[in-house]
Amino acid sequence: MPATKDVILEYVRNEYLEEGDDREVNFDTPLISGGIVDSFSMVSLKVFLETKYNIQIPDAKASPEAFDSVNNIMVLLKEFNIE
Amino acid sequence: MSFNDNVRKVFTDQLNEMKNGGIFKEERAICSPQDSEIEVEFPIGSAMKHVINMCANNYLGLSSHPDVVKAAHDGLDVRGYGMSSVRFICGTQDIHKELEKKLTEFLGTEDTILFPSCMDANGGVFEAVLTDQDVMIADRLVHASIIDGMRLCKAQNDSFKHSDMNHLEQKLQLHQDKRLRLIITDGAFSMDGDLAKLDKIVELAEKYNAMVFLDDSHSSGYIGKTGRGTQEQCGVMGKIDIITTTLGKALGGASGGCVSGRREIVEMCRQKARPYLFSNTVAPVIVEGALRVLDIISKSTERRDKLEENTKFWRKGLTEAGFIIKEGETAIVPVMLFNAKLSQDVARDLYAEGIYAVGFFFPVVPKGQARIRTQLSAAHERHHLEKALAAFIKVGKKYDILGKTKQEIIDKYGM
Repeated sequence: MPATKDVILEYVRNEYLEEGDDREVNFDTPLISGGIVDSFSMVSLKVFLETKYNIQIPDAKASPEAFDSVNNIMVLLKEFNIE
Repeated sequence: MSFNDNVRKVFTDQLNEMKNGGIFKEERAICSPQDSEIEVEFPIGSAMKHVINMCANNYLGLSSHPDVVKAAHDGLDVRGYGMSSVRFICGTQDIHKELEKKLTEFLGTEDTILFPSCMDANGGVFEAVLTDQDVMIADRLVHASIIDGMRLCKAQNDSFKHSDMNHLEQKLQLHQDKRLRLIITDGAFSMDGDLAKLDKIVELAEKYNAMVFLDDSHSSGYIGKTGRGTQEQCGVMGKIDIITTTLGKALGGASGGCVSGRREIVEMCRQKARPYLFSNTVAPVIVEGALRVLDIISKSTERRDKLEENTKFWRKGLTEAGFIIKEGETAIVPVMLFNAKLSQDVARDLYAEGIYAVGFFFPVVPKGQARIRTQLSAAHERHHLEKALAAFIKVGKKYDILGKTKQEIIDKYGM
């Protein structure tokens, strides 16, 4: 089974990179401050995490900082005992 | 709390940050009516300059059309200056109902409700119509006012990659458990000048039982053979459930907007949309001007035909000169420069040559996608466009960007 962080990275690449966009996205790539995910589109990432891992992320915790990289998301998921 | 020095500093710091970041917007003063040629003070207070306007939303050239101005004058004389009321108290005149009826006929819908602006229409419609059992699925390049409206609505929001029908289909599949699905798109996208694939969107909506929302502000009046907008161009007249559009661009350019579509949705807006309920009625002069605009463009396609010719000439001229433009068929023609400073420098030099066009850069467009957005008008004559093209070529040569690839421009000027 692929590691959680790989699953999230794969989702981010498929969901946010346009066809022909060959920007490198890794676990540390700034997603929101780096202009890959805007705050409006961030919602689909939240919905994906909630659906995939059967959790409810309170809006207060779903900040742009918490979603700014795959590694940051992993820190957030740790609060839900997901590693 | 008094507005003491510490409080003032909170704001001056933010404003300085905008100035240092190059995103502080300065206004120019136009000292003439809106037209293809205007008198401009920039900076405000400096000497007046006569320039060709290449950045107005005055697509049909009706903003200062004598018949429209006369109709507005007559409206002022007969119906007064203002109504001092919202619509549902004592702000609805017979002419408001007449304009709603005329817009319904023009757009080929079931009913229409006027708003003070399309920004207000977009701000109010979602919350009035949807609940937390529903989902809104928006193209990622929709106008900011739609995003604001979605944020005010309790329905779940989601998005799809710009004009990516496969991605939209995935999202529709994902949200089959919702009570209502609403696909949200612009008709003409204001920064790129491309058109939504509305025929494909309608197909998907029918397949997955979704409604379609279209903001046609940059298309109404000139896209499609008779100017009915993106829905006419894509062959889906009558199939769009909610259309919002503005009277502030092709349709006279003053102000006002509307929601047009299924009669129950329009009625929901009349009962519940907060920008409709809690702001003043559209002023009678605007209503009378807009009625005349609809009259002019319903009788003849001459103006949209001229705009189409102007657009073809302009796109061809820029391309042959070696500029990189965003492909499309609308009167919005972005000249790609990629680098933010370069877009500002080129705009400044164009202004010195008597051409008024504005550079757009992050955060208005994505990083590395800076551009000069040019917009055509039926008020442009061929000599205006020839002069503008000559100026673009002169400035393009100065910066050595003609015939260069995107990568070559980025290598020279950076992202």
